[in-house]
Amino acid sequence: MEKTIRRFWPVFVLPTFAAFLIGFVWPFLQGLYLSFCKFTTINKAQWNGLKNYIYTLTESEFLHSFWFTALFTVVSTICINVAAFAIALALTRAIKGTNIFRSVFFMPNLIGGIVLGYIWNILLNCVLTLLGQPLLQLSAPYGFLGLIILMCWQQIGYMMIIYIAGLQSIPNDYLEAARIDGATDRQILWRIKIPNVMPSITICLFLSLTNGFKLFDQNLALTGGDPNHLTEMLALNIYQTFYGRAGAVWKGYGQAKAVIFCVLVIAISVFQLRATRSKEVQQ
Amino acid sequence: MTKKNAIKDGILSVVLAVLSLAWVYPVVMILLNSLKKETAISTGTAFQPPVGGTFAGLDNYTNAIQSQGFPQAFGYTLIITLTSVALILVCCSMCAWFITRVKTWYTKALYFLFVFSMVVPFQMLMFTLSATADRIGTAATVGNLAGKLGLEVSKATGAISLLPLNTPYGICVIYLGFGAGLAVFMFCGFMKSVPIEVEEVAMIDGCGPIRTFFLVVLPILKPTLISVGILETMWVWNDYLLPYLVLDRTKGYMTIPILIQYFRGSYGRVEMGPMMASIMLNVIPIIVVYLLCQKHIIKGVAAGAVKG
Repeated sequence: MEKTIRRFWPVFVLPTFAAFLIGFVWPFLQGLYLSFCKFTTINKAQWNGLKNYIYTLTESEFLHSFWFTALFTVVSTICINVAAFAIALALTRAIKGTNIFRSVFFMPNLIGGIVLGYIWNILLNCVLTLLGQPLLQLSAPYGFLGLIILMCWQQIGYMMIIYIAGLQSIPNDYLEAARIDGATDRQILWRIKIPNVMPSITICLFLSLTNGFKLFDQNLALTGGDPNHLTEMLALNIYQTFYGRAGAVWKGYGQAKAVIFCVLVIAISVFQLRATRSKEVQQ
Repeated sequence: MTKKNAIKDGILSVVLAVLSLAWVYPVVMILLNSLKKETAISTGTAFQPPVGGTFAGLDNYTNAIQSQGFPQAFGYTLIITLTSVALILVCCSMCAWFITRVKTWYTKALYFLFVFSMVVPFQMLMFTLSATADRIGTAATVGNLAGKLGLEVSKATGAISLLPLNTPYGICVIYLGFGAGLAVFMFCGFMKSVPIEVEEVAMIDGCGPIRTFFLVVLPILKPTLISVGILETMWVWNDYLLPYLVLDRTKGYMTIPILIQYFRGSYGRVEMGPMMASIMLNVIPIIVVYLLCQKHIIKGVAAGAVKG
């Protein structure tokens, strides 16, 4: 059977593979090469050695956006997961209207980042105006806070769905056995529920960490990096380096930043998956 | 249930109800503002309802539809999303079946590559991808590459240049390539648990691989097809940066996220009224689709996560 299938590879694999080459492999390799070059268009690339990287790692704006992104990612990951888990716990109790609540909390995920950004831009600016505070675009702390609120609003519903699925898959026998043994609610939560939803926690942490780190649309629409690039996250910083500046050197810097960004994202993913996988229990 | 628990649940319900009102409010606020007159929309008054003199009826909506190019943007977004997702579902499920059923080094390598592509951020490919699409360079690049290998490619090149990547149809190829990672990964995860015996029986009964796949395997895959379809639709429909960089805007190719960004990003006065109306016109169909098939959507998301 395997041999017969193998003969049909042009039908089964070729379309996807060709698109994959055009849409991923080729741009990826070319991007990797260009990060060592000085260029304005792809055809006019000059080898530039490590200069792009050396410049990038000393640029204060890039370093600032790195720390800003890191702080944002940590804070938003904690807020989203704690809130999503709490709501999931509440919704797995038998209370009225569970389905409606679940639908409502999930709804923002279907709306795109740009639209979400503008919705919250209008809302938060109105709140700030009424409070007599500077607008989002004029104050970095409020910009940061706004991004966190926006991210929580969007992502809590998504993570909640995953946690609910995890909580519902815990065999009822475990919970009953624990209750018969006289375990308190708190003990059940920490000793049974949390260890058993570890796979869900792994995937939620992974998703919220990478989503936070790669955030672009929401950042662009909510603050646009203002004031003075202070709320610019890595993805937006890279974008601005490519398209926001004139000059022969910037595209190379942008590509070098993109490679560093890519390496960071991969490192976070690998590290995080390893760290939590080791805490999972077998059912 | 004990009395204490009943009270607890009651409090919980109230808290959740308040929270969900807070969750819906931002969208309601935009809806109310989209019904206001242009002059009545300002940063300080977003919370005031459109009553009396500030009520503008559906003027903003007619403006957005008639003069701001919303219908075209909507049409392009719809075409791009439907084509890309259909391509992803058919091509990637076939590819995933091949990868799981043929076990050699290159299918393993391919699988690894697909998984790797899931983690790579778009910024890494952003410049090269947009530049490639600009020059319709794919045809040239593939042509050069194959030329160097000494292959006869004039026909192939011709076929590819018929499909420039910076059109609403060409961009679907990029979506297929970039979305393949998640799709193949999810299909492979599910395929491993599908009993191979069913397929073997079909093959022994005289089905070729293609018929076996479409008549036997694909129906079994239905739940995963729905999950992948939903996840990829959510992504493509809302994607901003890829179409913004790749589509040829001089020919008027637009998607809804680009249009909304244009209201803000373009020079001159921001037309808040039509912008809010456009946001609502984008959100309303999403909410309608969501209400119609939320069961599938929520299941799909949960299934996608568990496989991941």
